[in-house]
Amino acid sequence: MMTEASHDDSMRPVTRTAAGGRRTGAAGLFILLLAAAVCLMSAASSQTPSPGATSSALASGLTAEEAAIVESERFRRLALELRCLVCQNQSLADSNAPLAQDLRNEVIRLIASGRDDNAIKSFLVDRYGEFVLYRPTWSWRNALLWVGPFLLVLIGAVAWWRLSRARPTAADAMPAEPASPAGTAGPARADSAQAALDRVDDLLRR
Amino acid sequence: MRALKYLLPIIVFAVLVGFLLVGLDKDPREIPSPLIGKPAPVWQLPVLDRPARAGARPGASTARSGEPTANPATTPDSRAAATLASEQLLGTPYLLNVWASWCAPCLQEHPLFVDLARRKLIRLVGFNYKDRPEDARAWLARHGDPYGDIAVDREGRTAIDFGVYGVPETFLIDAEGVIRFKWIGPLTPAALEQKLLPAIRALPPAASPKTGGAA
Repeated sequence: MMTEASHDDSMRPVTRTAAGGRRTGAAGLFILLLAAAVCLMSAASSQTPSPGATSSALASGLTAEEAAIVESERFRRLALELRCLVCQNQSLADSNAPLAQDLRNEVIRLIASGRDDNAIKSFLVDRYGEFVLYRPTWSWRNALLWVGPFLLVLIGAVAWWRLSRARPTAADAMPAEPASPAGTAGPARADSAQAALDRVDDLLRR
Repeated sequence: MRALKYLLPIIVFAVLVGFLLVGLDKDPREIPSPLIGKPAPVWQLPVLDRPARAGARPGASTARSGEPTANPATTPDSRAAATLASEQLLGTPYLLNVWASWCAPCLQEHPLFVDLARRKLIRLVGFNYKDRPEDARAWLARHGDPYGDIAVDREGRTAIDFGVYGVPETFLIDAEGVIRFKWIGPLTPAALEQKLLPAIRALPPAASPKTGGAA
């Protein structure tokens, strides 16, 4: 890939670098928007309240201290980060499965006995495996899990950038293209459609 | 290099198909247990009181129980408080079968355990999960009782130590009390032949079966 890129650059006239620069700017903006969307989504999901957990836990006859734990921010945060193993796409906070209730009670007991969050998580990981954690730990085994999405976005961005750089090379070969501004009506549009078809043909021939 | 441009999508597609094919064969409900190769949790639980088992000693694995051979010599209340501790089971490998009378897949796998008990291949220990003792007794009377001992976990807290997240589950525990194998869901004849029996055969030979443990 790298050798091809440098090879292309040497063949390319100077004028095209400006177009390339504009397009990398667009790619950067796209990635930025994507990152912003991801951040927004994760923020929204972490703010989702869990009305089911508190009400059902209170119904199961807890002591005042345990009820206070159920109401605590810390318990809610923990329960949201732990997976219900029966209904795998729900957290302990959201699930009504009997096992989820048992595990919530276990978490309450552990909090009451003064364990910290990491001890509580490792209590469950020791028994059920890392699968109980919605937020996987960082380890080499999980590296692909953490890095994979970013890697895919990066690969996509590079591919997109390269494709969008390849396009004007063919377009500039046709003198009519730059003269007709985009968005003009009638025959100009038909022209550009024809140009696009020619371009596809040209690309296929290569 | 030009060829790469056309090969790349095909390669990406092939990798994707590979991942999806592997995914097809995997059951997302089967969560690998982190306890394999580790000592089984230590527990002490009440024993399910079974009239047909009045004379049965812990560790003895007899196949049948349906017969009404209630022993009048042992009083029920002397056995009511009987407990079983995990260390009593050391010395001989055993299968710990987590089951409940309310669990339909348990009924599905049950004949295999009855058969396993008849063949006396390995000691069977029942682990009655979140069940009512009377229901459990009735269920065993009806469908056969392959278990030597049955521990009763009404709250399901010991089951949490075992990482149980559904019934049935079956653990193979060796003479030293180390979990060697775990089967999640109902045991099938294929799983028995291809997974469980080889795992049993792979156990280090015990000193002599049916002698250790039950002190």
